[in-house]
Amino acid sequence: MVTAVLNDDLRQRAWDAAAAVVDPEIPVLTIADLGVLRDVAINDGRVEVAITPTYSGCPAMNMIGLEIELALEREGFRNPKVRTVLSPAWTTDWMSDDGRRKLREYGIAPPLAGGSRRALFGIEQVACPQCGSGETEVLSEFGSTSCKALWRCKSCREPFDYFKCH
Amino acid sequence: MAIASIKVSETPLVLYTLRCADDALILGHRLSEWCGHAPMLEEDMALANMGLDLLGQARELYSYAAEVEGKGNDEDKFAYLRDVRQYRNLLLLEQPNGDFAHTMVRQFFYAVFADLYWRAMMKSRDATLAAVAAKSEKESAYHVRHSSEWIVRLGDGTEESHARAQGAIDDLWPFTGEMFQVDDSERALIDAGIAVDPATLHSQWLKTVLSVVGEATLVLPKSDWMQQGGRSGRHSEHLGHLLSELQSMQRTFPGATW
Repeated sequence: MVTAVLNDDLRQRAWDAAAAVVDPEIPVLTIADLGVLRDVAINDGRVEVAITPTYSGCPAMNMIGLEIELALEREGFRNPKVRTVLSPAWTTDWMSDDGRRKLREYGIAPPLAGGSRRALFGIEQVACPQCGSGETEVLSEFGSTSCKALWRCKSCREPFDYFKCH
Repeated sequence: MAIASIKVSETPLVLYTLRCADDALILGHRLSEWCGHAPMLEEDMALANMGLDLLGQARELYSYAAEVEGKGNDEDKFAYLRDVRQYRNLLLLEQPNGDFAHTMVRQFFYAVFADLYWRAMMKSRDATLAAVAAKSEKESAYHVRHSSEWIVRLGDGTEESHARAQGAIDDLWPFTGEMFQVDDSERALIDAGIAVDPATLHSQWLKTVLSVVGEATLVLPKSDWMQQGGRSGRHSEHLGHLLSELQSMQRTFPGATW
């Protein structure tokens, strides 16, 4: 019983440490905001964190894995393990509302809800994160990272990144 | 070359996973060759991004092949320490970039196929393959859209771009048949609900290709003679050159990391 409580407490501390790790390319988002953090377990006193990759080729995933290990070590967890789970596959629908708000404030238009094929190919109405106008147009489907497309606002004339649906 | 190639135990599932992985790696590498050379900055980023998607897909598939094989190989060994004859990719994907039209037609033929393929594979009884497919199908959807737009722009563009696009279609068409072929090893996996039967995708593939090619005022060749061999390791002369570049570091400095 005491062990169970202790384990819950430990697990929560490990979760909090891992959850605070930020995306190296979009540092306003934590991996919890992104929905990348899937599970934290304590097995025989060793922390095991499960994360799920976002875009297949996203180079940030290696960095995120390393940052999680470092964060846990700093919290006093020895020899933590990070494993990758592929199923169920990550989608931008897992991004938290808080994460979407943070993205917008950072100047990146958040992904439209419903990362289905309809959202990929339907009429995308992306609001400008600067002025809020819906009068926007796509400049390039592929942006500075795998997760972003380059857009432009026709009202305020500012270019902006759009976090693509996935 | 200072290091020998690995041996691979090609059970049907290992072979199948390697075929899918090799497709992604080789096309991804070809696209990476454009980095810094594309006709404009946005296109440079687009080609590199698509290459990165494919590289990511390849990594997940190689890792899975290594796990299934269970002989101590890993994603890097599969990529860096197999010789030409051990590669299982489609001949279409190793064809040189040529001009921009050749690159885009190659991309278009494959992306339309991959998009259908991954969507079908999401229903695989193999949970890992289904999960890789669930991610890849969204990426390939972007690749289809991007390459389709270019086919139309090139075909329905200037006299020069039209001629180049038509030339690329004529050159690459004989490599498209291989996408729909199946051997006995794969047939068993299809029957088991693990692999996708590509023959079932052919009519939809052709429909999409015809519609885009038609809009682009281009035509498909009449000939239905098709080249094959990549799936069993019989490649064109181009793959060896590609691998010599891709593998040179690990072959020269085995196990090098940085």
